[in-house]
Amino acid sequence: MNAPSGRSQATIMNRSDLTRRLVARLKDGEAVVGGIGHTNFDLWASGQRPENFYMLGSMGLASSIALGVSLAQPERFVFALDGDGSILMQLGALGTVASVAPRKFCIIIWDNGLYHITGGQETLTASVVDLVAVARGMGIARADWALDEAHFDDLVGAALEGNGPSLIAARIDDAKPAGTTEREPVKLKLGFMRGIGG
Amino acid sequence: MTGQAQDHWSDVVVRVLKRNDVDLVTYVPDNVLRPLIEAVHADPHFTVVAPAREEEAVAIVGGAYMGGRKGIALMQTSGFATIPNVLASFACPFQLPVVIIVSERGVLGEFQQGQAMVCRTMRPVLQSLGIEHFVVQDRSQVEFVVEAMVQQAFKTQSPAVIILSPLLTRRPH
Repeated sequence: MNAPSGRSQATIMNRSDLTRRLVARLKDGEAVVGGIGHTNFDLWASGQRPENFYMLGSMGLASSIALGVSLAQPERFVFALDGDGSILMQLGALGTVASVAPRKFCIIIWDNGLYHITGGQETLTASVVDLVAVARGMGIARADWALDEAHFDDLVGAALEGNGPSLIAARIDDAKPAGTTEREPVKLKLGFMRGIGG
Repeated sequence: MTGQAQDHWSDVVVRVLKRNDVDLVTYVPDNVLRPLIEAVHADPHFTVVAPAREEEAVAIVGGAYMGGRKGIALMQTSGFATIPNVLASFACPFQLPVVIIVSERGVLGEFQQGQAMVCRTMRPVLQSLGIEHFVVQDRSQVEFVVEAMVQQAFKTQSPAVIILSPLLTRRPH
């Protein structure tokens, strides 16, 4: 077995709640790239910060889009939010992030072991895959399971110190998201670009 | 011989990218693109990222554009065959000027059936998505075509694909 990652000790939390906890910590114009599906919907529902970008497809590429933003603006902290099903499609992106090594960069993975939006089919994390172990193996040394809400807050605070890249994985329930993102791509792009002065 | 038309195509591409403030290059390796890849690695003007897949290369360039930085992605035809999803759901609907250079493999003496067939998927994808694309076949065309494609992409907020034919990259010049 791999070295223990802490996954079995992680409590099941709620994505809407954790997204709001994250957003509450953002005071310095941090950019947030929301992966597709419920990840995105809960980011939208947490308050439409102008520094948020909402993907409408390209499943699995939240980290890559966020990495591009970071390469353009390395002094701005950038978060990528994605689901377990999404990042499983693009695991190499974790290695790319590790190789570029942006310091002000954090990937947050919401892991409920489900393709929730398509009917609740199980992802690979429901059985055998541990995404924190994967991330560490990909070279993201600062990769941790959030054991509970307070620990999630601590990990976000540690990430914001800017010694990344880091990855925070949270096991979440199958509750529905708190809203639905508007789907107007050019409006979303221009809003984000104005928000980050791009 | 002197004169810009005699420069190696990769030197011309580097010159055009620098002149147009393109300073981020993402690529998945390809032997034909090797001179260009080595040139951008060697030039401190460029930040170079080599991701695991071509989809990442496109997404990184698109994200960088939203952050205010101009980039370009390099790949082979077989890599292009893996990116219709990110083009159709990210670069096209969000109107992102992602410029891509594709080295064309699968034509003009291809020896591998897989490469020959993958290559046939490229133009139908480009046409169905309405993505501007142009094939460079001769060294004398490189400067004009690359510069025009790069500038049109950024002025019209659209992805663009520059295809490097074996006529440019394999034919003795």
